Amino acid sequence: MIKSKVDEEDYWHSSKFKAFTFDDEDDELSRLKESRQAVNNIRRLVEEDDDEDDVERVSWSGEPVGSISWSVKETAASSQRADREPAFPKISTDTPSISRSQSGYSLSSLFKGKPKVGNFQTFSDALTDSSVRLYAPELRKPKSEYKDYVSDWSPEETVQRLQQGKAVSLERFRTLQDKLLLLDHAIAAHDGNVITAVLIYLKRTLCKEVLFRELESRQTALRHFIHYLSETQNQRLLLELHRALGRAEDAALLQYKEHLSITDENKRRDFLKNCLSLPFSAEDLAHVQDHYTLLERQIIIEVTDRQAERGGKVEIFQKFPRKALILNMPLITTLYYCCFYHYAEPEGTFSSPLNIRQTFKISEKQYFVTALAARAKLKAWLDVDALFASRNWLGFTRKKSPLSFQRVVDILQKNSAPTHVLQDYVALVDDGELRLTLAQKHKCHDIVISTYRDMKDRQLLLGYRGKVVRGSAEERKIDDLLSNPQIRWKN
Amino acid sequence: MAHSARRDSPELPDFSILKRLARDQLIYLLEQLPGKKDLFIEADLMSPLDRIANVSTLKQHEVDKLYKVEHKPVISTSDQLCFLIRPRIQTVKWICDVVNTDKVPGKSRRYKIIFTPQKFYACEAVLEEQGIFGDVSIDEWPFYLLPLDDDIISLELPEFFQDNFLAGDQRWVRTAGSALHLLYSLYGPFSKVYGIGRCSKMAYESWREQVEEGEQKARQAEIGNVFLIDRDVDFVTPLCSQVVYEGLVDDIFRIKCGCVEFGPDVTASDKSVKVMLNSHDKVFSEIRNEHFSNVFGFLSQKARNLQTAYDKRRGMDIKQMKTFVSEELKGLKQEHRLLSLHIGASESIMKKKTKQDFQELLKTEHLLLEGFEIRECISYIEEHINRQVSMIESLRLLCLLSITENGLLPKDYRSLKAQYLQSYGVDHLLTFSNLRQLGLLVEQQPGETLTVMESKVGKLVNDKTAGKLTDAFSSLAKKSNFRALSRKLNLVPKTDEEYDLRVPRDMAYIFSGAYIPLSCKLIEQVLERDGWTGLEEVTRLLNGHEFAVTGSSGVDSRGKNDTQRIILVMFLGGCTYSEISALRFLGREKGYKFIVVTTAITNSSRLLEALLDNHV
Repeated sequence: MIKSKVDEEDYWHSSKFKAFTFDDEDDELSRLKESRQAVNNIRRLVEEDDDEDDVERVSWSGEPVGSISWSVKETAASSQRADREPAFPKISTDTPSISRSQSGYSLSSLFKGKPKVGNFQTFSDALTDSSVRLYAPELRKPKSEYKDYVSDWSPEETVQRLQQGKAVSLERFRTLQDKLLLLDHAIAAHDGNVITAVLIYLKRTLCKEVLFRELESRQTALRHFIHYLSETQNQRLLLELHRALGRAEDAALLQYKEHLSITDENKRRDFLKNCLSLPFSAEDLAHVQDHYTLLERQIIIEVTDRQAERGGKVEIFQKFPRKALILNMPLITTLYYCCFYHYAEPEGTFSSPLNIRQTFKISEKQYFVTALAARAKLKAWLDVDALFASRNWLGFTRKKSPLSFQRVVDILQKNSAPTHVLQDYVALVDDGELRLTLAQKHKCHDIVISTYRDMKDRQLLLGYRGKVVRGSAEERKIDDLLSNPQIRWKN
Repeated sequence: MAHSARRDSPELPDFSILKRLARDQLIYLLEQLPGKKDLFIEADLMSPLDRIANVSTLKQHEVDKLYKVEHKPVISTSDQLCFLIRPRIQTVKWICDVVNTDKVPGKSRRYKIIFTPQKFYACEAVLEEQGIFGDVSIDEWPFYLLPLDDDIISLELPEFFQDNFLAGDQRWVRTAGSALHLLYSLYGPFSKVYGIGRCSKMAYESWREQVEEGEQKARQAEIGNVFLIDRDVDFVTPLCSQVVYEGLVDDIFRIKCGCVEFGPDVTASDKSVKVMLNSHDKVFSEIRNEHFSNVFGFLSQKARNLQTAYDKRRGMDIKQMKTFVSEELKGLKQEHRLLSLHIGASESIMKKKTKQDFQELLKTEHLLLEGFEIRECISYIEEHINRQVSMIESLRLLCLLSITENGLLPKDYRSLKAQYLQSYGVDHLLTFSNLRQLGLLVEQQPGETLTVMESKVGKLVNDKTAGKLTDAFSSLAKKSNFRALSRKLNLVPKTDEEYDLRVPRDMAYIFSGAYIPLSCKLIEQVLERDGWTGLEEVTRLLNGHEFAVTGSSGVDSRGKNDTQRIILVMFLGGCTYSEISALRFLGREKGYKFIVVTTAITNSSRLLEALLDNHV
């Protein structure tokens, strides 16, 4: 805390504005620090003047200038300054970085903007010839800064150069605050390529705790980072990121997705079982549970059926050899499969359609549709018929369907049901007009003929005569009707 | 055909320059690697490449063998390998593997990667990580724009859609800006730029910056105004079944880079035929914008005319016959071939569509657009799912339901999702999560009082009635944005009026008179009003991000009236052929000429396939 106060002081001293000071003690402290810095810098300059240029330069803390530990400390010191950020308005995009890069880079640069402190100014003035200053202003700088200066672009310039594909080094953005400033400039430029470039650099130079924390308040950058991680298939870091940001459901889904790359069905099943402990929403958890139960069951069915098929004793597998494995198929496909190969099985077996219906709470309509399609495919018309059977309280059977009969006809027809089967169901379509259209479409002549008769429409009946096979029973029926004197035709 | 077209429509600029430019740039890059080399081409770059160059062009510049990038070990023996790829991390990783495999036995080759339309830092970072940065040379081929037809230009970047809208990755913003800038430097200066959408705004900014960076030579403008629009401004339109010929062909046969492959069922032979579909095909150019119900009539009329033309031969003397053969016969034969292809295609379309009860499907879509009989629509969709009819189709209907209704009721959402997962696999949990993220398929958040009411009523009456009541309640509580927009902009014409599809009266004809595409309606309104004034309520419903700016050169070109009526519409995230047909109609009505620039041609299947997440 004290340190950051100090830095604040530094800022005020370096700027034109006069600061309001809260605490005199702090002021003392900062002055102490400044003079220490000044002394340090002076010493360096003095040494430069020395003949022995190759003498190792050491900072006031005793570490060689430019060494790793030295720069780590530099970074640590300057990153403290990030704390003061909220105290100032966000820097406008016009002149954002210049003041920042001067104030927050190295000790020496902190120092140079303060004419009142120390003798630095005079020293350098004395040392530097004005013409040299004109042609090579960088020579005025201490050596520690010299190297950086060549690519000393402001965050704004850096982003611009990145956008234009020009060479640029991000290494000079070392303080957290510089890094974030760079990121914010990239975001403001709306160039995803640059945002990702900066993020790659931040990922390399920041620990994930800090990076994640900073990303949380920067949604655009966060989404870029997530996309980058999933493109580079960095699953582990992505999971950590989701968890760190409290996105538990996203993390769960992401982990669940991994099952797709597991080809061995037993391993996949075990993986799904483990997924059950992930923090899904209650609704999704039920789905994942179903997924696991289904695969477990498919494995059992597959083993049994493969044996039955190879054994050659079960007729249905001989007559209709399986085209694909049932493993990893959707639930309804599995139900269809079981209605096809295991229809009559008692409810106790794993492959019984009724058992599947029970286990997975399949709706009546859904079960009906699937069973209908499967039995129709096998041309088991008796089974089809039985699906509709329902007795009313008088004990009469009548056909009842949770599905409209129009749809039933459609399903039967797609499974190439013969006309005499279709006819029964077309007749059950409620809507007269629709019934007639369907009857015509599926050539259920009897229905068409009797509908026209009921409509007493002689013209239509006459017209329909041309559509039936010559000499067929239908033709005769039409002829009989047409010559029936008891019908009072309307036309 | 019989449109009340204005005759004074201005001429379109010549976009073939774009092709020449791209070809020259590619040749230059190939020359940068002198000597014989093998070229590896990213699969989805093959067709675009075909449109601007051919194999002999490549051979002339010492390309020896051509390979498709397949992410498998390479068998090339050449000592120079050149990779022509999109900036994708997976492809770059594969190249790294190739190079690193060569390094093991110490094989030395020269490698060059040409990224198109640009490179990304993330790709270079992969090269660096894999230790081959510097071993390969890197170039960029700024092939931004591929003219697919006289009035259609594509960026051929289908991934723009999911990268930008689903992942929220803005990597293509600058690409879009650069594409616009290229058009600007060749055909500009533009007078005005209108737009709506976050991405449009950013692309505009990027373009503006590039204009400031570069220098503009004074030239005669060939494009007057520009309209930028984000795909997520209007998701309804691309999710509707297309019924205009070109759109229908795209829905069924999938047009790829302006070219379609007709299978044996169309050609009535055992061969497949690839056909370019553009304005050079005389038969196609007359039917492409027609509602499908008119196409058969037109084609049979055309066939009769053709017959008459052939019949002219009879009674000709030798000399006349000679002129006929040399002048007319070739054209007639060509027309004959095209005619039989399009008749075949129409037949095949009819067959496929009657098989799947197209009429009923369209009826459901129209009900959703109008907001009538929603319960019936839901049970139609439910049956669709139960019967495992196409997975994409079911998803399309669900999304259409959700957008038009401003979200599904929680109980409907849960039930439909559960049934969907049962029919097509639980893996689609991830698909649902994507759709939710994009706002395409979401749950309504009903007010608390409603939920209480609903459960109380639910206890009293059976489920179905409760559902109906809930419908009534929620429609009172929260008006869907689509409904409000539809009312404000009159998107759904009144149903009691007869709509003559042969003589369309508005853009609704592209959806059988049931719906005017929102995207195109916005363009119409803004052009008419010369800005967004008076559309404040509409833009509010569309979440804002609208803009209208006048360029400094706007005043100079005001005199050139013709140019002002040439309008470039840029769709960010894709547009459909139906939308292009609607704009062509609008152009004919108002005397505009539209140039459509799109990141890719899309349709409902492509749009939804991009969001599926049930695969590795």
